[in-house]
Amino acid sequence: MKRIGVFVCHCGDNIAGNVDVERVAKEISKHDGVAHSVDYTFMCSDPGQKLIKDAIIEKKLDGVIIASCSPTMHEGTFRKATASAGLNPYQCEIANIREQCSWVHFDKEKGTQKAILIIKSMIEKLKMNELLYPVSVSTNKNVLVIGAGIAGIQAALDIGEAGHKVFLVEKKPYIGGHMIQLSVTFPTLDCSQCILTPKMVQVNQDENIELFVNSEVESIDGAVGNFKIKIKRTAQYINPDICTGCGDCVEACPELVPDEYEEGLSYRRAVYMSFPQVIPYTYTLDIDNCLGLNPIACGKCKEACKENAINYDLRDEIIEKSVGAVIVTTGYDQYPMENIGEYGYGKYPDVVSGLQFERLIFAIGPSGGKMLRPSDGKPVKKIAFIQCSGSRDPERHLSHCSKICCMYTAKQAKMFKTKVPDGQAYIYYIDVRAAGKDYEEFIQKAQSDQKLIYVRGKVSRIYKGNDKMAISAFDTLSGKKMDVEVDMVVLALGLVPSFGTAEFARKFNLSVGTSDFLSEAHPKLRPVESVNTGFFLAGTCLGPKDIPETVAQASGAASKVLSLLAYDSVEKSPIIVKVDAEKCDGCGKCAEECIFDAITIDKIQNVAVIDEMKCKGCAYCVPECPYDALEQKNLSSQQIYNMIDAILGKGNKVEKDKTHVPKIICFLSEIGPYQAADLAGTGRMEYRPNVFVIKVLSISMLNKNHILYAIKHGADGVLISGSHPGESPYPGASLKAKERIDSIKSEIKSAGLNSDRIRLEWYAGRQAKGFAAYVDKFVEYLKMKGPVDSAKWRLLH
Amino acid sequence: MFRGIIKNGIRNELLLKVEEISGQNVFNCYQCGNCSSGCPVVEYMDITPNQVLRLSQYGASEEILDSETIWVCSTCLQCSSRCPKGIDVARIMEAYRTINLRSGIGKINPRKIDVSAANDIPPILLVSAMRKLTG
Repeated sequence: MKRIGVFVCHCGDNIAGNVDVERVAKEISKHDGVAHSVDYTFMCSDPGQKLIKDAIIEKKLDGVIIASCSPTMHEGTFRKATASAGLNPYQCEIANIREQCSWVHFDKEKGTQKAILIIKSMIEKLKMNELLYPVSVSTNKNVLVIGAGIAGIQAALDIGEAGHKVFLVEKKPYIGGHMIQLSVTFPTLDCSQCILTPKMVQVNQDENIELFVNSEVESIDGAVGNFKIKIKRTAQYINPDICTGCGDCVEACPELVPDEYEEGLSYRRAVYMSFPQVIPYTYTLDIDNCLGLNPIACGKCKEACKENAINYDLRDEIIEKSVGAVIVTTGYDQYPMENIGEYGYGKYPDVVSGLQFERLIFAIGPSGGKMLRPSDGKPVKKIAFIQCSGSRDPERHLSHCSKICCMYTAKQAKMFKTKVPDGQAYIYYIDVRAAGKDYEEFIQKAQSDQKLIYVRGKVSRIYKGNDKMAISAFDTLSGKKMDVEVDMVVLALGLVPSFGTAEFARKFNLSVGTSDFLSEAHPKLRPVESVNTGFFLAGTCLGPKDIPETVAQASGAASKVLSLLAYDSVEKSPIIVKVDAEKCDGCGKCAEECIFDAITIDKIQNVAVIDEMKCKGCAYCVPECPYDALEQKNLSSQQIYNMIDAILGKGNKVEKDKTHVPKIICFLSEIGPYQAADLAGTGRMEYRPNVFVIKVLSISMLNKNHILYAIKHGADGVLISGSHPGESPYPGASLKAKERIDSIKSEIKSAGLNSDRIRLEWYAGRQAKGFAAYVDKFVEYLKMKGPVDSAKWRLLH
Repeated sequence: MFRGIIKNGIRNELLLKVEEISGQNVFNCYQCGNCSSGCPVVEYMDITPNQVLRLSQYGASEEILDSETIWVCSTCLQCSSRCPKGIDVARIMEAYRTINLRSGIGKINPRKIDVSAANDIPPILLVSAMRKLTG
């Protein structure tokens, strides 16, 4: 019998405010197996941790429960403390009484009762926990960087400099991202190309960096330290080693295509070089616009090439590599102009985007650096800049502030005035946000020196004036309507994650937060890590930010990767599946089903063997075993049953009157629903205290017995929730769970019982509100249905 | 003590009434001015629509009740459709009118309408004017 210590945290008033912690500690001390039970203000503090360590030694504890915040917050902290007192860290379990109790239930009596039950259930789990030791996996020292904008370039250079091999993958034919399109950068006004091209050249010259342009990452398999990646490189047709960059092919090409690098303001050929400083320095053959690789159809470029660098027979190739870590720097795109109908995009060619203006004012851009109207080439004298185009408009466009537009608009207006000193610039704004070193000073100086007119009001529409366009707005400062005619309108468009980010995130199990940007593991304390271990993030794929911040983040991500690679091995969680050799007869059903190919069958002993390195512990195989020979370590069937018993109270008598308070057992997957439940706590979204959570790695570990056990023993309902299909870290797990639960439900139905007491729902971490509301509705439903007749359910096999 | 524009406290009874009738949260407004910008009759108003929201936030609803603005408003819903924060500005205007009308303050007095002129006015105009502008 274990001697268990329970430590109840007040978390200041965060827990103690809604849970009577002293009473909890006292009640728990009476529980079977509890040798020690105390409460303390801050368990995570140094004295708090000392309290735990001292008690482990003095009271000879061989298991501890910390009743505190969510395990995602401090499980690591407390397990470390436990280990330093000489106890196996897996003998430490967290009872989540903050996010899933005191922060969501504001009735102190009910909160206290629930906290007691949560702790009891964790004690019952802990009693059967075995000693586990992390598995060591040797790490591969190569790094994959996805996206070669300024963030990707900086990260690759930092890692390359430290001596590790970097694979830098870029979708476009050139590196440099959006930054290489910019004219000058705020607030110093140094030329973007001048500061970026040396870094681009460095990437090209660094022997540690292998560059893949026109390429995309097809798949990433494996785990931190040992990823197997596949890079798909679109056929180049032009051999960069032979190509001298003479440009004869371009002159021969008969096709004209809008130039993406010039934001569609000019044309390029189907074989082209985006800009003269392009890295890698070679021409690109754009197969989608090429008349055909068939020499009969065209083939003019091949004829023109004196060096014979063009080879039509090349095909797309898949390149396989191994890496230890991945840095994602997929960047941003502008909010599509065509979505803002009232600003006349498409109707008026002189309405341009912020990036288009960058090209127009650029010395060697499509207009040769002269301020000319794209429609008719007449000089621009009056210009209007519209800030918050698409941003800060939760009703119709983006709800977020795109952060950089205030600054780049001021910069562009200043540049315009420098080119056209007798011109007039109007800047329409709602608020000017210039938080950054020397930013506010820059705007103030531009405003007074260049006599810029800042109009405080949103533009309602752009319409046809005499020869020119007219802008209708309302100046909220003077309280007057104001219409002006201008030659050109620049929309300071909001930033959105680069097109395709959502699909990318789904493919590689990265979580997506508000405004569809990728989300970091912790918004404040782990800003460059992803929840998917081994993936790091930097730059505008995380949210709008300027160049200095992006570079800082990229270097931050690189240094995180370097500290990971400083070790020759990484530790892998020992929570995996175990086989009971007595029960197993080696039928091989589990091996067939395993998502990660982690199970093999020992043909001589006739027993399944788990590969410790490959098994991720999802326990997808558990319900497949016809002999119940598989169990997840430290969450065996018996442990689940004991937890349910503790929550329901053994021999719980069901009150058949109206005062009946339904109890729901929730099986929540760690990634997705459990995070949603935690976030509901962080957002203080109150819901009814009738729900009790059992955290599982994946709901695909649940078999019929696990689910029915709860109802057979008096629970009124069971909620099983996993992450959305396609978003689970265990591919296919969610749908498999659905298949199993559907079949259980139809069995229940055919037995004449209410299958609606068992629910399956998908939740992602972001859906906290939905989770809280759903729980309330489920409780309402069960109240209406009245107590469960568990005797009838017990007849089910 | 309150001085200047704030007279009766920020969340006074009158404002709560406006919020209840209109179902809108005036604190959603961040003063972009899009409502006033799109308004076809803003030139004839003494308080502009964005100022109506601002004064409401201050709890200075009495100034709005005394204004021409709420009667000038044609309820064309331009403001409501343009608001980036989803505020139904027209409903707020309607709420102020309703409060006035319920206390017997109307814009036109039916007894003072020139009966002979009424012959030339389309009946639908008379009906809608009565509904909107009389208590």
